[in-house]
Amino acid sequence: MGTPKVSDVFQEAACGHNQSKSEKDRKKGCTKVATPGAAAGGCAFDGAKIALQPIVDAAHLVHGPIACEGNSWDNRSALSSGPRIYRTGFTTDMNEMDVVYGGEKHLFKAIRQIIERFNPPAVFLYQTCVPAIIGDDIEAVAKAATLKFGRPVIPVNAPGFVGGKNLGNKLAGEALLDYVIGTMEPEITTPTDLNIIGEYNLSGELWQVKPLLDRLGIRISACISGDARYREVASSHRARAAMLVCSKAMINIARKMEERYGIPWFEGSFYGISDMSASLRKIAALLVSRGAPEDLASRTEALIAQEEKEAWASISGLRPALAGKRALLITGGVKSWSVVSALMEAGLVVVGTSVKKSTAEDKERITELMGEDAHMIDTLTPREMYRMLKDAEADILMAGGRSQFVALKAKVPFLDVNQERRFAFAGYKGMVTLVSEIHRALTNPIFQTLREPAPWTAGCRITPLV
Amino acid sequence: MDGTTGSLTGEREPAQDYVSVNPLKMSAPLGGALFFLGIERALPVFHGSQGCTSFALVLLGRHFKESIPLQTTAMSEVTTILGGGENIQAAILRILEKSSPGVIGLCSTALTETKGEDIAGEVALFRKKHPEHAAIPVVGVSTPDFRGSHEDGFRAAMVRTIEELVPEGGKRVKGQINVLAGSHLTVADLDYLRGVLTQFGLDPIFLPDLSRSLDGFVPDSFEPLSMGGTTLSEIRRMGQSSHTLVLGESLRRAGEVLFEKCGVPYVVVSRLTGVGAFDRFLVTLRDLSGGDYPEILKRERSRLTDAMLDAHFYLGGLRVAVGLEPDHLFDVGHFLLENGMDLVARVTTTASPLLPKMPGGKAVVGDLGRLETEARDRGAQLLLTHSHGRQAAERLGIPLFRLGFPIFDRLGAAHRLSIGYRGAMETLFRLANLIWSRDPENRPDTWYPKLRKEKLQESGEPVLEEGFVPVRFDG
Repeated sequence: MGTPKVSDVFQEAACGHNQSKSEKDRKKGCTKVATPGAAAGGCAFDGAKIALQPIVDAAHLVHGPIACEGNSWDNRSALSSGPRIYRTGFTTDMNEMDVVYGGEKHLFKAIRQIIERFNPPAVFLYQTCVPAIIGDDIEAVAKAATLKFGRPVIPVNAPGFVGGKNLGNKLAGEALLDYVIGTMEPEITTPTDLNIIGEYNLSGELWQVKPLLDRLGIRISACISGDARYREVASSHRARAAMLVCSKAMINIARKMEERYGIPWFEGSFYGISDMSASLRKIAALLVSRGAPEDLASRTEALIAQEEKEAWASISGLRPALAGKRALLITGGVKSWSVVSALMEAGLVVVGTSVKKSTAEDKERITELMGEDAHMIDTLTPREMYRMLKDAEADILMAGGRSQFVALKAKVPFLDVNQERRFAFAGYKGMVTLVSEIHRALTNPIFQTLREPAPWTAGCRITPLV
Repeated sequence: MDGTTGSLTGEREPAQDYVSVNPLKMSAPLGGALFFLGIERALPVFHGSQGCTSFALVLLGRHFKESIPLQTTAMSEVTTILGGGENIQAAILRILEKSSPGVIGLCSTALTETKGEDIAGEVALFRKKHPEHAAIPVVGVSTPDFRGSHEDGFRAAMVRTIEELVPEGGKRVKGQINVLAGSHLTVADLDYLRGVLTQFGLDPIFLPDLSRSLDGFVPDSFEPLSMGGTTLSEIRRMGQSSHTLVLGESLRRAGEVLFEKCGVPYVVVSRLTGVGAFDRFLVTLRDLSGGDYPEILKRERSRLTDAMLDAHFYLGGLRVAVGLEPDHLFDVGHFLLENGMDLVARVTTTASPLLPKMPGGKAVVGDLGRLETEARDRGAQLLLTHSHGRQAAERLGIPLFRLGFPIFDRLGAAHRLSIGYRGAMETLFRLANLIWSRDPENRPDTWYPKLRKEKLQESGEPVLEEGFVPVRFDG
């Protein structure tokens, strides 16, 4: 079962967040235990699926009753440049008989059917709570199926009840480390091979970055896992350097690949113009230190100069309309300080930002940016959020989709910046999109209209037609 | 540059178009026919060649998916030259013999107007010759095709009907209210309005009432007449109403005639769509009726505000090119602006005092060709006009939102609700869904178009290999 793995990923040596905790706190684990009656986030299975499903040519089979896949499939905007099988919802849809007699045979037959009918290069197998509690051994099934069908079948042991989404991300990383990475050799290698870890290509954000790397001659050997092919991930251990994107979700992959294969890595972000540039510089520097051509650094500088110029030119036109507007930023996945800096560059005033998933270092950077009286919000209940917006403490709320309806009921413009969003906000182009979307939201006249009193409300000044 | 084309800039009017490319407007007699189709047991007759009638009949049929009673005086080359009086007499007589219409609406056409036919004179002559048919009203309307659009023909028929059929004066009936319903209002719109007015305690007479004739009702027997609509007795009671609601600036003259003839005061309501417009309409109704705001409308307003919020993500800043009749354009245009869209092109069919006051700037009288050009020049993202806009939308590569008349390539046009809180909500959903359904999925080259060299290097789909390295299972 997953228990040793769970404590293993909690002891993440490279995680600053984890290492800064006291011994006692560290034992409690990274993910807070969900509070009965006050939990909102996703489970470990959700997190594991999120992390691996962007491997687009693989089949993703969920072993469990219908809720786990039936209620959640095709709910994210991780995009593919080719194969579509990753968006097909596969589940064993366990029934009562499976629960009574065990679901392993059912699962094995499901794998056989997927291979026969869809012929994917690999099948990822997700454990869920019910088969975990009745003792279905998915590792054993995966092993048997792999041998029988001559096709990799990868067990992902992250049943929902072991913890939250972040833990699931990490357990998915463990599955890759244990069963996938290093099992194939790349067809070619170059001195500029780069792994990008923790980027899921939501709304195509990878493609706001990849063309720039292409122009610099940097080859993404594997993106784990956005728009990835199984083969790329399996052979990613030959890369020269790695970048860890977006918080600590897959830090175990970065660290263990360094341990096992000597791939140096850094943590960076593609959100915000200055962060994007910093990330490009670090990528170039790391690759040069590993044998890439010396001129990569200077070519990177030239590209950064060009892209920054274009981005600022696009943003500056919108600056007058945005100057002084107050934004409240409540986000989980997106690095707060990085977006804060981009918003401030566009002339907005950030009146508050969430720091729920930020490290002490992140918080320092926010203080640096926003000043000593920076309003850092750990948790904000929907009711409190509604009050802040209703009392006009902010002109726009930027948050995850779940907060959308709170903002809209308060008749305040809203911009979705979380995973389910419609727009891609990465890199230079993404930041221009972000600012123009803020502009579009703030300039929409409906908010003024909606604040006008209805005919039957006190204060209505509408006169009859004559 | 708004309102001008090509090299013409500044305050000057656009260059005159000598060719109409893909017409936007329909003819005036068609509008006249549409009006009469909303009167019970009416039979519209075109005084013209049979083709005039046939085209209108086919187009009305394609829009409503109903059999359309429409007759013709079937003018030939000879009768046109010698005078069509006899054809009118013969047509009316034959109609009266074959079926028993409640009213005959006789619309002139370009052909007979050019010749200088005197419709009123011919009708008077018929009356003298055939006193036995005196009980059947015949309303003659001048609707030359060469003047105005179907909105104008619709008004002309309404004005003439009021002049002919509404008697002067009479005792005021409290709560009775006339509703002069514009040609752009659908069956669903009229039903909705009737509900709203009734809830305010008002007793409306709709003129015309297409919601009782072209609503798809399946009767037990068939007659080649409009089977439903405003009754003659209702029309004759219109002079006793306490007020008239004129729904559309184009119908102002009809309201005036009713006022001059019967002293019924009128209010012109030029907007019914969207929260601001309908708020004002309801305040007006409360003022006229003294009734309370119905609870259901309070609920509907709240639903609309929520719909506006949900839809604005898709519609905010959307660049829309609109081609509609003036009254319709005015109402819809304000609604689009209210919801954060930009009206980048405004093309309409006929002269109207609304033209300089159009939301988003002055509207031009023009054709779909012009709408297409302006839409292209100004980067429109949505085309909003009737079904004939489909070719332009295809060429422009943008979606078409079908509105107005005719809508011949979709079902249910007559049953689409557009007005009021609920109609606005439904329209917003349809608009947003149309945009959403075309939301392109981002691609690897969405933000940085591929260089030619990169394209060449691009490899195909990864292929499955035989002898695949198996997954690692340790122990």
